[in-house]
Amino acid sequence: MIRPVLEVIDLCKSFPVRSPFGRLTGEVKAVNNVSFSIGRGKVYGLAGESGSGKSTIARMIMGLTPPTSGDILLDGEDIGSTGGSPAHRRKVQMVFQNPGSSLNPRRSVSQSITVPLHANGLPRADRARRVTELLDMVQLPASYAERYPHELSGGQKQRVAIARALAVAPKLLVLDEPTSALDVSVQAKVIDLLVDLGRQLDLTFLFISHDLSLMRNFAEKVGVLYLGSLVETGRTSVVFENPRHDYTRLLLASVPVVSAEEEAMRPRIPLIDGEIPTAEQLLALRKAGGGEA
Amino acid sequence: MAHLSELAAEPQRLSNAYQNWYRFSRNPSAVIGTAIVIICILTAIFAPLITPYPEHVGAVVNFRERHLPPSADYWFGTDNVGRDIFTRVVFGMRISLLLALVVLATAVPVGTVLGLLAGYYGGWVEIVIMRFTDIALAIPGLVMVMAVAAVLSPDLLTSMIAIAALWWTWHARLIYSITRQTRVQDYIEAAETLGASKFHILFREILPNCVSALAVKTSLDAGFVILIGSTLSFLGLGIQPPTPDLGTMVASGAAFLPSYWWESVLPGCAILFVSLGFNLLGDGLRDMFDVEDVR
Repeated sequence: MIRPVLEVIDLCKSFPVRSPFGRLTGEVKAVNNVSFSIGRGKVYGLAGESGSGKSTIARMIMGLTPPTSGDILLDGEDIGSTGGSPAHRRKVQMVFQNPGSSLNPRRSVSQSITVPLHANGLPRADRARRVTELLDMVQLPASYAERYPHELSGGQKQRVAIARALAVAPKLLVLDEPTSALDVSVQAKVIDLLVDLGRQLDLTFLFISHDLSLMRNFAEKVGVLYLGSLVETGRTSVVFENPRHDYTRLLLASVPVVSAEEEAMRPRIPLIDGEIPTAEQLLALRKAGGGEA
Repeated sequence: MAHLSELAAEPQRLSNAYQNWYRFSRNPSAVIGTAIVIICILTAIFAPLITPYPEHVGAVVNFRERHLPPSADYWFGTDNVGRDIFTRVVFGMRISLLLALVVLATAVPVGTVLGLLAGYYGGWVEIVIMRFTDIALAIPGLVMVMAVAAVLSPDLLTSMIAIAALWWTWHARLIYSITRQTRVQDYIEAAETLGASKFHILFREILPNCVSALAVKTSLDAGFVILIGSTLSFLGLGIQPPTPDLGTMVASGAAFLPSYWWESVLPGCAILFVSLGFNLLGDGLRDMFDVEDVR
């Protein structure tokens, strides 16, 4: 069997809660026993709403936050020991949610893209050529290299951010809500670009989003994250057509539908108003709906 | 073909530098300030060529021509020992500008680096640096400078040391607060995940965000440093006679007010002129950068 590019095993992360005087009063479990793996060239979607722990998982994979327990294997190698090392950075890169804030407004496109090239010791003479190559990869003209972020549209900025992430030729690309800050018409183009790039460069994606309709088109497998735990995981089509967990159903029920057939397929679940549902609310929901999870 | 539309759009796009220059050049306070600063710098550089009596810089005595009012021979009149005040004002300007240059050239880099370190690393680095600046800022500036100048023997170098020792704390505070705002931005985290070095993050990612505030503050400061230097000399703690200094001249001329008014008023006007120039320039820079920050 081929080794998966990314393996996450029993990953936990808890943050200490301190009183105003610095005394430890408890902890918040942001990520609780999460395990999944992504095969080479596959797209794995991690779904869940704000506060479900998606971004914490991304940060741990990027080596920005150390896990409390559990292992993250990149190409079979534990990143616990190499987290944040140059070797780790060459294997995995990340595209941030908001391209407006992930690009330094004071630095030109080519300066931004050069950062990883410089960090990996590419000779100065080759950098300009590589920047043009990367811009071409994300379908931006070479003349954009000298522009500043405020001269670009949201979609163009995100393309620059993608080019920057691809600069070191990573194997795994973590996409943290890469399109949620973009216009709907632009979202589709960025996703198309990512699909193309994935095919061309043999990339593996971890796609983090709360947008299930986008995930349905893009991801082969999904995991549904709820309050830090993976409540459901499997092939996208299976999970979406036959959700077993109430929370998944709730998420699916909140996806807007267009056609009558889709409307007919839409699960009938009473919607809960407000923010993240609490465990009690879910329990009540389970009693009412007779769910099996 | 996608490139075609880009080419068509190209003439619309003006470089940032050009846009900034356009705004700057249409701002009266910026233009007047720049003109004054350039005039001051040029007169300071070419002082021996401009002044009619360069030898009056030293301990020259010419009692026959003392206390002469401004005339064609002596544009600003003469002082109590008969020296040309215009000559001494121009050379005094030279010393004031040198003082501002040396003080800011040491205080600004030191304050900037310490502010960056305190803002980026936080923790004990921040506690040590920022509490120290708090203490320094709590002492009234002039009192502190006078204390340092009084302990060391009063001369130009002492004034520079005394003012610079105080001045970096303002820059440290300014850069610290900008760094605190900047370091939580996504692009700093992005640079970290891209493997950028700490040096790169501090000086290539964060520092460019401080440049506008730094330019404005430094140019406003140049005026204040000249004022403080003159105050020190006025109080007898700065540059000592016969070296011409604007503050010293105001002080010695004050003894002959109001009859020989030109001996202290005209050097005083020179102090006003140069600090006004730097302040207008600073305001002009601020207006220019404000628009950029909104954009």
